[in-house]
Amino acid sequence: MKNGVLMRKRVLLPSLFLLSVASVILALAFGSVTIRWPELWAVLNGAGGLNRSLMLDLRLPRAASAFATGGLLALAGALMQVLLRNPLADPYILGISGGAAVGALLSMLLGASGAWLTGSAFGGALLSMLLVFTLAHGHGSWTSSHLLLTGVVCAAGWGAVISFILAISPDAQLRGMLFWLMGNLSHADNPWPGLIVLALGVMACLPLARNLNVLSRGELQAGALGVAIAPLRWQIYLIASLLTAVAVTLAGSVGFVGLVVPHLLRLAIGNDQRLLLPAAVLLGGSLLTVADTLARTVVAPQQLPVGVITALLGVPVFLYLLQRSPR
Amino acid sequence: MPALLTVNDLAVSIAGKSVCRGLNLAIERGQCWGILGRNGIGKTTLLHTLAGLRAPDAGTIYLEEQPLTRLPRRHIAQSISVLFQHSEDPFPSTVLETALIGRHPYLNAWDWESEEDHMLAQQALAAVGMDGMASRQAGTLSGGERQRLAIATLLTQDPQLLLLDEPANHLDLHHQITILDLLVRQTRERGKALLMIGHDLNLTARYCDHALMLFGEGETTQGKLPQILTEENLARLYGHPIQCFSVGGKRVFVPE
Repeated sequence: MKNGVLMRKRVLLPSLFLLSVASVILALAFGSVTIRWPELWAVLNGAGGLNRSLMLDLRLPRAASAFATGGLLALAGALMQVLLRNPLADPYILGISGGAAVGALLSMLLGASGAWLTGSAFGGALLSMLLVFTLAHGHGSWTSSHLLLTGVVCAAGWGAVISFILAISPDAQLRGMLFWLMGNLSHADNPWPGLIVLALGVMACLPLARNLNVLSRGELQAGALGVAIAPLRWQIYLIASLLTAVAVTLAGSVGFVGLVVPHLLRLAIGNDQRLLLPAAVLLGGSLLTVADTLARTVVAPQQLPVGVITALLGVPVFLYLLQRSPR
Repeated sequence: MPALLTVNDLAVSIAGKSVCRGLNLAIERGQCWGILGRNGIGKTTLLHTLAGLRAPDAGTIYLEEQPLTRLPRRHIAQSISVLFQHSEDPFPSTVLETALIGRHPYLNAWDWESEEDHMLAQQALAAVGMDGMASRQAGTLSGGERQRLAIATLLTQDPQLLLLDEPANHLDLHHQITILDLLVRQTRERGKALLMIGHDLNLTARYCDHALMLFGEGETTQGKLPQILTEENLARLYGHPIQCFSVGGKRVFVPE
């Protein structure tokens, strides 16, 4: 059995890594102008020219942003599912994307863009995170169902504020707002913050992974097996929330990646977080990179919000999984 | 040698009701204790408190000579294990993976379970008659099989003190006897200690040498089994007359 697990670990992560590389190459090749393999190969080997700037200056930052966003969301989703011990949890379930959306829409309403927009989206996400943290912690005693309820109700509150902002916004800004709400990578031209936070997130989570395995069996059981529950819970909440906040700031609220990817992997390899977390990063990143490539090409030169693609892919996959699941 | 677990002037309450007040206990190695009381009197709450999973209102619990509150959780988990009444498994996992989590307190952050850990888990599964089920999904097990798996996890944890919340729950008669035989034999042979909550007086009489009775309103009594398990105490404990017969040298309890 141990060999089986090691075998899966040896095969799974390298193959997902190859998938990730393939998805990025795909994203470099396709777009409003398709670059053929010989040209692609030439650029990868150092050839200059128009193709080079198209691939490396335009498409690579966007592909890297897509990968980072997908990885962040899948990792945050996997963490939230363990934290709430609910396989249906996603990174947005506690209202972080709602807070970010309110921040982003308000700044759009005031005519801001660029750094102001991303800044206020991130600020809204942090505000929402602190609000839920404080409210859920208020009683002293803290249960995952209490956190879940607090978060879900806050998310509903943000939803109402979003509708209100949409209702009072001038028509000219509605399109941009809707694109933001559906998740959109067309302004994500600096992937570095996302990639760095993703790397830090993975490094922070991996040493906690076996604790998470135990936590997923209940807090009392985890306590009896030597896990210091309260610090672990808050660590996971903070890490998952920060990852989500950065993802939402990069790309708006892209749905379903955070829900479906951990679920899919759990069906394939079980619930060992030591494998599941890194695998979720690679698979989530690849999925969003492919989805964003589709979003750029399906109705090119027009672009679709990537959230539409992930939802269109995610809904049938999720329903299929739900049908198949034994319980 | 100090007692394995010492309880000093302990007060525990839940939902405004007192479970025990001024409780002093010394659980020595080799002893098996039964905790008796009506439904909802606070047996489980007391058990969780003794495991350090819940703070008492007052008093101190010592593991060997160290106050429980000063010890890291990981250290406690290497000495004390708890069998809970309910197990949660919202995510899929196999029988072997479940048994293996018993090794968690012994592994460092980056460690994977060693060959030896796997062997311990397999031995524990064999001890509860579940070898051959290692790769089955835990979610597909019956209630009795789940209980045996939880006991196998506890054996894999290999603790000094076993705190068992209704260990005979869901088990058929054969498994009640073989599994309690196993746990009690290990306890006595290896100088461990065991505390079990249970409602079956005949099992308590068969396996325990000491008993603690919780009467409610903080009142308790404790001591060697023959002095505690009397018709008078039991009638007070359960509010129901209970008769004690001697059958083939064994004491048998029958409610009227």
